[in-house]
Amino acid sequence: MIAYIWRRLGILIIILFGSSFILYNLAAISGDPAEGLRGSTDPRAKQQLYALIRNLQLNVPPPARYFIWLKGILGGFTGHLDFGKTRDGHAVTLDLASAIPTTIRLIFMATVIAIILGITVGIVSALRQYSRFDYAMTFVAFLMFSLPIFWVAVLLKQYLAISFNNFLVNATISPGWILGSSLISGIFWAGVISGDRSKVWKIFGIAAVASATLSTILSLTKWFAHPGLGPIVLLALGIGVAFAVTLLSTGLQNKNALKASLAMPVFGLIFYYPVQKLFTSHPGFSLIGVMALVTITVAVATAIIFSKIDRGPIIRTTVITSVLVGFLALVDKLMRTWQPYMQTDAINNRPIPTSGQSNPLLGTDNFWFTSLDTLTHLFLPTIALTLISFAGYIRYSRGTLLDVLNQDYIRTARAKGLNERTVIMRHAFRNTLIPLTTIIVVDFAAIIGGAIITEHVFGWVGMGTLFNKAINGFDLNLLMGVFFITATLSVLANLVADLLYSALDPRIRVVSKS
Amino acid sequence: MIRKRKKVEVASTDSAEGAIANKETEGLSQGQIVTSRFLRHRGAMISIMVLSALILIVFTALDKKLGPIRIPGWWKYNTLDQPDLRVEGCPQGILGCPTLHVVPGFLGGKNFGIGAHPFGQDDIGRDYFALVMQGAQRSILVMVVIGMVAGFIGTVVGAVSGFYRGWIDAVLMRFTDFIITIPVIIIGSVIGFHFGNLGILFLALYLGLFTWTGLSRLVRGEFLTLREREFVDAARVAGASNRRIIFKHILPNAVGVIIVSITLTMSGAILLETALSYLGFGVVAPDVSLGLLISQYQDSFTTRPWLFWYPGILIIIIALSVNFIGDGLRDAFDPRQRRQMTKKVRQQSTTLLNREAKSE
Repeated sequence: MIAYIWRRLGILIIILFGSSFILYNLAAISGDPAEGLRGSTDPRAKQQLYALIRNLQLNVPPPARYFIWLKGILGGFTGHLDFGKTRDGHAVTLDLASAIPTTIRLIFMATVIAIILGITVGIVSALRQYSRFDYAMTFVAFLMFSLPIFWVAVLLKQYLAISFNNFLVNATISPGWILGSSLISGIFWAGVISGDRSKVWKIFGIAAVASATLSTILSLTKWFAHPGLGPIVLLALGIGVAFAVTLLSTGLQNKNALKASLAMPVFGLIFYYPVQKLFTSHPGFSLIGVMALVTITVAVATAIIFSKIDRGPIIRTTVITSVLVGFLALVDKLMRTWQPYMQTDAINNRPIPTSGQSNPLLGTDNFWFTSLDTLTHLFLPTIALTLISFAGYIRYSRGTLLDVLNQDYIRTARAKGLNERTVIMRHAFRNTLIPLTTIIVVDFAAIIGGAIITEHVFGWVGMGTLFNKAINGFDLNLLMGVFFITATLSVLANLVADLLYSALDPRIRVVSKS
Repeated sequence: MIRKRKKVEVASTDSAEGAIANKETEGLSQGQIVTSRFLRHRGAMISIMVLSALILIVFTALDKKLGPIRIPGWWKYNTLDQPDLRVEGCPQGILGCPTLHVVPGFLGGKNFGIGAHPFGQDDIGRDYFALVMQGAQRSILVMVVIGMVAGFIGTVVGAVSGFYRGWIDAVLMRFTDFIITIPVIIIGSVIGFHFGNLGILFLALYLGLFTWTGLSRLVRGEFLTLREREFVDAARVAGASNRRIIFKHILPNAVGVIIVSITLTMSGAILLETALSYLGFGVVAPDVSLGLLISQYQDSFTTRPWLFWYPGILIIIIALSVNFIGDGLRDAFDPRQRRQMTKKVRQQSTTLLNREAKSE
C-alpha cells in the first residue's frame, strides 16, 4: 500500500513537471509581456522595459526560464516557496494567498448544496424509476446540463435579485404567485410520494392547500420584510426534523431514538432566550463553534441516558437532529438581523446585490451584519453554480442506486425480511455513496480552478480573475501560479479518490506491483 | 494498479420478463435491436427532429461562398447588411425591437408572423436573425469538429491501450493523465487568446486535441473487458490477426460506448466554445458565435432583452437535443436496460406466456 502511494506520487510529480513545462513554453512563445514597451521611444518606457526584463528574467529563453521558475517552486520543500513575480513586480504568492480563500468561499456552499440536493433527488427518482417524477427530473437534469452559466447568471440578476428587491418594498405575494406556487408544490409532492390515483390526488390536495395557506400567511404578515422563526415555530420545525431524521436513520419503531431526538427541539425551546442573549453579547465564529460543541455533547449525553442497548444508531440520530436544530436556531438569529440590516444606509432596502463579494460601505464591527452581507453576496453565484452542477449528481446517484438495487445482496436483504427502509438506507444507500465519494473528491478539486466564468460574471476576485488577468496581460508567472495550484489539486484529488475507493470498497484492492 | 474483482453478471430477476424480451428480439441482428430501441426512445426522436430541422434552417439561411460560387440563402439579410433601425411599434425610446409575434388572434395577439426582423436588430441595425444564424452555424461547426477530433483520438488511444495493455497502456494512460492535469478551459483560453484570429476551424481542432481524455478512458475500460471474452479467444484460436480482432470483433461491440461518449463530448463542446467566446478567448469579432453574441449584448439586457434571449435559447436547444440523443443512444446500446413495459403490455405478455406454458 505504502509502496503504491509512493509510486503514484512519483508518477504525479513527473506528470506535473511535464505539463507545466509544456504550458510554460506554450504560453511564453505565444506572447511577449514587454511588447508594448519595446516599440516605444519614450525614455521612461526604456527604464520600465529594463525593470520588466529584470523582474521576469525575460532575457533568458523560455525553456531555460522554466527552470528558474521550477527552482522557486521546489523551494517549497525548504520553506521558500516562490512563484516568481507578476509583471507589476509583486509576488505571485501574495496574489494566490488572497485569491484562494475567495474562490473557496464562492464554491464551497454551492457544491455542498448541489451534492445534498442532487443525491436526494437522484435517489428519489431512482426509487420511482420510470415514474413521471423520474422523467421530469431527467428532463430537468438535461436542461441544467445544457445551460451556459453566464446566461443563467444574467437572468438570475434580473429576475431574482432585482425582482426580489422590488418585491421586498411591499413584501406581499400576489394571488397569481400563491396559486402557481401551490400548484407546483402539489405536483412536486404528488410526484415524490407516488401511489394509486386517489392517493396521488389526496397528496396533491394536501400539499397545494398547505403551501397556499403558508404563503398567504407569509404575505399577510409581511414576513419577508421582517423574517424570523421565534421559539414556537422553531419547536415545531425541530419536532418535524426529529421525526424525519429518526425515520431515515433508525426507523420510528425505535422509541428510544425518537425520544432522544425529540428532546433536542425541547432543549432548543428551553435555551432559546439565553442563547439569543449570548448571540448579542459574544458574537463571532468562536461562539458558534463553542455552541456547536456544547450541542453535540448534550446530544450524546441525552442519547446515552435514553438508550440501554444498541447505543450507536441512537447517538447518531440524536446528534444529527441536534445539529440541524442548532442550525435552525442560527438561521433564526440571522433572520432577526435581517430587518436592521436592510435599514442600514449601506443596504438601503435593496439587500440582494448583483455583483461583488462584499459591501464596502458596510462597517465590519457588527458580526451578524457582515455575515448576512457575505450570505447575500453569495446568494446569486451559489444558485447559479448549484443549478449547473447538481444535474450531474442527480444523474450519477440515480444510475448508481439503480445498479446497486440490482445486486444480489439487496435481494438477500429483502428475502431475509428486512423492511424497505433498512434495505434502502443501510444496504443500498451506503453502497451508492462509495462511487459518489470519489466523484465528490475530484469535483471539489476541479472546482477551485473551474469557477472562472462565475467569478467573471459576478465580479468576484478569486483564482478565475487572476487567471483572466494573467492571460490578458501575458503574465506568465501568474498564469503558472494558478495552473500549478489547480493542476496539483486535481492530480492529488485523483489519487485520494482512488485510495478512498479501495478503502471503502473491499472488493477493490490495491496491488503493489504493476 | 487498481484491480476490480470480476463482477458477477446479474441474472434476470424476473424470468417472465426475460422471456418476453427474448421473444421481442428473436431473429433480429444486434443493429436492428439497437435501432428499434432507439426509435422507441421518445426524447431522442423528438431531439433528432428538432436538431435536424434546426441544422437545416441554420445552414440554409444565409448566403454562402464556396470559392467563386455564391449560394444564395433564403433569408433576405446578411450579417453585413445594415437596414434602418425599426422605430414604429417599439416601446418608447427603444430601437430595433423584434417583429416576431406568435400570440394567436383570439387571445388578442396578431397571429403568427415573422415580420421584417423576427429577432430584432442590434445597435447598428444589423438583422439579428442573420447574426444568430451565423453564430449557430459557427457553434454547430465547432461542436462537430471537436466531437470528431476528440472521438478519433480518444478511440485510438483507448483502444490501443486497452487492447495491448502492458507498457503501451501505462505510457498512454500517463499521457492521458498528463492532458487531464491541464484544465480544458485554461488551455483553451491560452490557445484561443493567442491563436483565436487563425479562424474557427483551427480553434475547434485545437480544442479537440484536449477534450478526448474522458472518452479514451471509457474506451480503454471497454476494450479491457471485451478482450477477455470468449469470442475474442475463439477468434485468436482461429488464427485472426490483432488487426482483425480489433476491427472485426472488439470495435463493433464497443461502438455503443464510443458513440455515446462522442455525443456527450459534443454537448460539452458547444458549452465550452460559448464559454470561451464569452470570456473573449474563443471566436473573436468580426466573426460571430452564440457565446460572443451573448457576451456583447449582456449589458443591454434590461433595455433590449431580445439581443440576449435568442442566442441563449439556441445554445440550450442545441445542447439539450444532443444530450437527449446521447441518452437515447445509451439506452439503445445498453443490453441491461430493458424497455419499460406498460402494465397493459406486461399483462398481455404474461397471459400469452402462461397460455404457451399450458399448451406445452
